[in-house]
Amino acid sequence: MDAASLPLVHAMVIAIALNAYVLTGGADFGGGVWDLLASGPRREQQRETVAKAIGPIWEANHVWLILVVVVLFTAFPPAFAAISIVLHVPLTLLLLGIVLRGAAFVFRSYGSPADAAQRRWGRVFAIASVVTPVFLGICVGAIVSGAVGERLALVRSGAAGFAAVYVRPWLAPFPLAVGALTLALFAFLAAVYLTLEAKDAEVREDFRRRALAAAAVAAVTALLGVVAGRWGAPRLQAALLSSAGGILLLLAAALALATAAWCLWTRRWALARVAAAALVSLVLWGWVYAQNPMLVPPALDVHQAASPPATLRLLLWALIGGAVILAPSLLYLYRLFSPTAPRR
Amino acid sequence: MLARRTTTSVPRAVRTTTPVDDLLAARTQMAVSLGFHIVFAEIGIALPLMMVVAEWRGRRSNDPELLALARRWARGTAILFAVGAVSGTVLSFELGLLWPRFMEFAGPLIGLPFSLEGFAFFTEAIFLGVYLYGWDRVSPRMHIAAGVVVALSGAASAVFVVMVNAWMNGPVGYELAADGTLIGVDPIAAMGSPTAFAQIVHQLLAAYAATGLAVAGIHALLMLRGAKAAFHRHALSTALLIGAPAAVLLPVSGDLNARVVARTQPVKLAAMEGQWETERGAPLRIGGWPDESTETTRWALEIPNALSLLAFHDPQATVRGLKEFPRDERPPVAIVHFAFQVMVGLGTIAALVSLWAGWVAWRRRDLTGNRRLLQALALVTPFGFIATEAGWVVTEVGRQPWVVQGLLRTSDAVTPMPGLVVPMLLFTVLYIGLGAVVVVLIAAMVRETRDATRMAGTAEHRAVSASAQ
Repeated sequence: MDAASLPLVHAMVIAIALNAYVLTGGADFGGGVWDLLASGPRREQQRETVAKAIGPIWEANHVWLILVVVVLFTAFPPAFAAISIVLHVPLTLLLLGIVLRGAAFVFRSYGSPADAAQRRWGRVFAIASVVTPVFLGICVGAIVSGAVGERLALVRSGAAGFAAVYVRPWLAPFPLAVGALTLALFAFLAAVYLTLEAKDAEVREDFRRRALAAAAVAAVTALLGVVAGRWGAPRLQAALLSSAGGILLLLAAALALATAAWCLWTRRWALARVAAAALVSLVLWGWVYAQNPMLVPPALDVHQAASPPATLRLLLWALIGGAVILAPSLLYLYRLFSPTAPRR
Repeated sequence: MLARRTTTSVPRAVRTTTPVDDLLAARTQMAVSLGFHIVFAEIGIALPLMMVVAEWRGRRSNDPELLALARRWARGTAILFAVGAVSGTVLSFELGLLWPRFMEFAGPLIGLPFSLEGFAFFTEAIFLGVYLYGWDRVSPRMHIAAGVVVALSGAASAVFVVMVNAWMNGPVGYELAADGTLIGVDPIAAMGSPTAFAQIVHQLLAAYAATGLAVAGIHALLMLRGAKAAFHRHALSTALLIGAPAAVLLPVSGDLNARVVARTQPVKLAAMEGQWETERGAPLRIGGWPDESTETTRWALEIPNALSLLAFHDPQATVRGLKEFPRDERPPVAIVHFAFQVMVGLGTIAALVSLWAGWVAWRRRDLTGNRRLLQALALVTPFGFIATEAGWVVTEVGRQPWVVQGLLRTSDAVTPMPGLVVPMLLFTVLYIGLGAVVVVLIAAMVRETRDATRMAGTAEHRAVSASAQ
């Protein structure tokens, strides 16, 4: 492969890994949302379904995020540095959420079965599951909006105040809207997956209603994002609305949302899952498409930020080798713990 | 498409002035995060090996006690691995949050082993899921295989991560451009730092020794308190099978490390030993207090020529002293010297107790019948982990003021964001809290085991351990 296209390949790898993360790890966070919002006569069954579904797989799903970080700092070190500097505060809050979610989940699963301990760790798990996707979305929104890239010159001069560089880029309407959208999409994805995980027909109906509600909330937050994006992320909007490809992606996402809602309405569970996953993936690829070839717009594109070709080439081989081991292992894991898998 | 604007990129390795407080806060946060994570990382390497050995022995001899033991250790692994996984995630982000200029500078060279570590970690997480939740879903053979994969990929993770640290101690695989950036990067060569082999062997052995002896110590304590079941004999023998040989080998790998450090990082060796003067036939100092103001080490027990002998395998070899290096290139001597003494002291005791256990086992005597040995094993329970922490203090503080030896100063690598004391306190409080919860949970598991084995009736015991699943 020629040296000029290597950076683009690695940017694609990051996007694919992020895609895998939101479809798997994202849904695990969404599961925590439904733990928090569990209600009605089947409250405990809903929580059990969530815990059973994510128990064996959440740690493997979580590694996608680590892969994203590792490939980013190996292939694009200046982009990793820029994002880490400007978004220090929301990234730290994201980490607190990640730590508390994971720790509380195992503390609940393997700790004392006493009610008080179960309730306490269940509560921490659920709240952290809500907070974490919001900060993940906020960080993405801040990068997309160009606010991170625009602050880099200020970082270097050291002249600006703390809030101007380290708070305002992310504490703004557009990143907040992306945070809300991320949460809504993760919750939607989880509810759709859970209709297939539920053993009991009534619990399945519970998650069906929740999935439909989450779809509506996701649509509203997406509109909020569009409104906030007019001022907050004009470049993103221009890129999406002024090209045939962008409009096509938006239409495809709208179609996926409608299909998912229709499938849920008519109880076509397996198809609903495909449509929901397609929706979330299309939103992500819409972002990738609009931002391409920028990594930290408007300051760093994939070529400016790329590591030397020697590094990129070796990293590519490592990724290929890793994928050869990973793909069958993941498939095995998912098949082993799919709701229909036999027990011995 | 987005308008392509050509703007300036982030400056590479720009030298800025950072307030000392922020630098200290960043270093403290990193030390707390690594110090917390390494305990769980070591357990994540060694405990899966122990649980899979117990399961293998149990299946082979059809012994329900051994299988119950494997299940109990698996429950411990579940909690400890998860805490290790999330605290490891924190570290991968902290590389950027605290040291963005280090990552910008060194990312192209050290990213490769980190990526390989990512895949090893992936494999570990996948097959740990299979192991923990697959008892009734996969065949016994597949279950053991999943455990073996967890144990192997845990060890592989450690190999890759320590490779990165070795590069920081002995950077290779690059040329330096006039503006101080790295050119001609060769990531494969960077994985083979001269310090890599010794560091990796030492860290792997430390993981097996610390975890094996800690588990053996806990079971020894339970037996001293009256639990008599075959369960604990199995636990003790399996834990010692892994921990004791490693503990005995650690002084050997330690000697190898010392000789590498003497060659590649003479100032670190001088700090470890409190050696101020360059000297032929330098003595080994046991204890003592290095005083940076008078540039002397007082009250140490000195063994003539021993340092030269150990570091260069020649009693007349010249050891370079701290005074040979400018003050702003010396690490904090007292901390490094003290941590080194703690590591060597505790490691030596652990090795001696391990030798004793090996001797008793070799003489075909029942380990569990020897009360004095059980007491000694109970005593050394935490020694491996304390020695690990001390060893990393030696490695990391001993490299200061550099983050990459001779190439990049820690003060030049730190993030420009002010107020770093806030996240430092946040993570410190979080980790103290998490650590306390883990201790309480593991203690509850140990109590449960004690009560179950005190009942001594195997049938009841099996019922308890089965219901615990």
